[in-house]
Amino acid sequence: MPSPALQLTDVRKTYRSGDEEVVALDHATLEVGRDELVALVGPSGSGKTTLLSVAGALLGPTEGDVRVGDTEIGDLSEKERTAFRGKEIGFVFQAVNLVPFLTARENLLVVAEMNGNLDKGAKHRADQLLDELGLGHRTGNQPGELSGGERQRVAIGRALMNEPSLVLFDEPTSALDTELGEQVMELIGREMRSRGVGGIFVTHDTRMTHHADRTLEIIDGRLKA
Amino acid sequence: MRLAVRELLRRPGRFTVVGGALTVLVLLLLFLGGLLDGLYLNSTGAVRTLDADGIVFSDDARQSFLRSEITADQRAEIDEVDGVAATGGLGFALLGVQIPDGDEVVDGAVVGYELASDELPEPPGTGEAHADRQLEDEGASVGDTVLVGPAEVPLTIVGFVDDTNYLQQGGLWVEPETWRSVLAENRPDAIVADGSFQSLVVRVDDGADVDAVLRAIDDATGATETLSQAEAIDAIPGITEQNATFTAVIGVTIFVAGLVIALFFALLTLERLGLYAVLKAVGGSSRTLVAGVVVQSVVVAAGAFVLGGLLTLGLLQIVPDGIPLQLEPSRALSTLASITVAAVVGALVSLRRIVRIDPASAIGAGA
Ligand SMILES: Nc1ncnc2c1ncn2[C@@H]1O[C@H](COP(=O)(O)OP(=O)(O)O)[C@@H](O)[C@H]1O
Ligand SMILES: [Mg+2]
Repeated sequence: MPSPALQLTDVRKTYRSGDEEVVALDHATLEVGRDELVALVGPSGSGKTTLLSVAGALLGPTEGDVRVGDTEIGDLSEKERTAFRGKEIGFVFQAVNLVPFLTARENLLVVAEMNGNLDKGAKHRADQLLDELGLGHRTGNQPGELSGGERQRVAIGRALMNEPSLVLFDEPTSALDTELGEQVMELIGREMRSRGVGGIFVTHDTRMTHHADRTLEIIDGRLKA
Repeated sequence: MRLAVRELLRRPGRFTVVGGALTVLVLLLLFLGGLLDGLYLNSTGAVRTLDADGIVFSDDARQSFLRSEITADQRAEIDEVDGVAATGGLGFALLGVQIPDGDEVVDGAVVGYELASDELPEPPGTGEAHADRQLEDEGASVGDTVLVGPAEVPLTIVGFVDDTNYLQQGGLWVEPETWRSVLAENRPDAIVADGSFQSLVVRVDDGADVDAVLRAIDDATGATETLSQAEAIDAIPGITEQNATFTAVIGVTIFVAGLVIALFFALLTLERLGLYAVLKAVGGSSRTLVAGVVVQSVVVAAGAFVLGGLLTLGLLQIVPDGIPLQLEPSRALSTLASITVAAVVGALVSLRRIVRIDPASAIGAGA
């Protein structure tokens, strides 16, 4: 059996704020399969962002094991985490965060450039992704010339550029209206399953959770099934 | 790298202010440098043109041609020193020169000499002179007879030479007896005896240890101070002060350029915190991001250098003749080098801030 996309075992994450220690994540244990899309809901301050950050190798855990694909990433140095993210993790950020002076195609290729593998294969992959995402006619447009939905689709393409094992979505539809949000979530579900990539998306909007295979709730840093 | 270059190409407006400021600073650097070079070259041409290994002064002259006197006996002693290949008499007289048709008296330096060099032909006949191009610019032509000093000693120009001025005064290169009579008629107080010169040009044998030969000369006479050509140039009145002053002003200007660059890219980095966090999140290293800033800074500086250089060339066309502005390729190169270093160092000021950007800040922003 192939290893799951993500495996958290007893993960604890604390922040230091002054003399106090804030426990943002406590005894989090979670497995996300290779073609599974998990929704993560919970009130503000409950630890959703922290969980995504630890799962996505943006932050190291304070305690516990974090395994993405076949790699244990809990003990990686900051530098190693950066390289690992470039190879294995895709991100779709809440604020869309495309590079404003690059075209849609170049925004995908930035991932390859940052990871030092901007080659023919990368260009081919970018074109293919944009085609699949229905942006074949918009590849040369800069973000300012794209609609909100189109920008979000470019961001999804960017997250898939490096053929990740795990893609993390931070409130991917919060900037979109309901109809557009539905369309984008549908696209995300389709893209993830067809590629066999595991994914977690954070959402405030309970209407979006039906796009997930499973919904997890987090309250005060603790996961509930 | 591509990212950095694309931003320059697609958002040039962001960089116009810093580029403009740097262009002005480059113009200033080239102008100051050109002025320094012009002053320097115009002060030292007479010494540089001699092909001298050493220049002999009397030891009480405090390294000044006009205070120095080397007698025929001393010269004979020097000619005997091992390693001395040739000596040539040298003397100066700084006097006003009337050019026919010219309405003003211009500054001239009458130089009596014996040894030709690569740049300097053999001494002309009695009453004749090789004149510096500066005097041609001031209206003199070959065949003209100019009148030198209050005594109006006539000298006939038989040709022109380049880059032979002394203390900004146009060189008039004559044979020794002509120089002696110019001095005698105009400066009765400064007459030099027959056979004596103010100074001697020394050339040493091929392969000889120049320093050792020059020291041997002073040991042999016991009454001379022999300088290398470089030392003799530095001993020209005002040269070291001039160099030090201009170098200080140029240094401060380069520092200001570095400061402008550092400030601009520090502000730009603040604006880009979000973008850099995202780029780090998708696998970009701090090194890649910093390299992008350095590339942008160096490209902007290079662009400013080209523009500032063109402006300086334009300025050269309109600067009045009296200002000794001279743009040397070596000055352009050293300016390019220093502005490039300022660009790299200025950009690296943002290094710490970029390294400290937390990629985790890309996520959850605004949530
Ligand atoms: N960088 C930080 N430093 C200190 N405390 C933090 C930091 N980030 C988050 N926290 C705290 O950790 C807890 C969880 O935050 P977060 O993961 O952002 O929750 P959510 O995304 O669900 O709103 C909160 O109490 C928050 O105040
Ligand atoms: Mg959050």
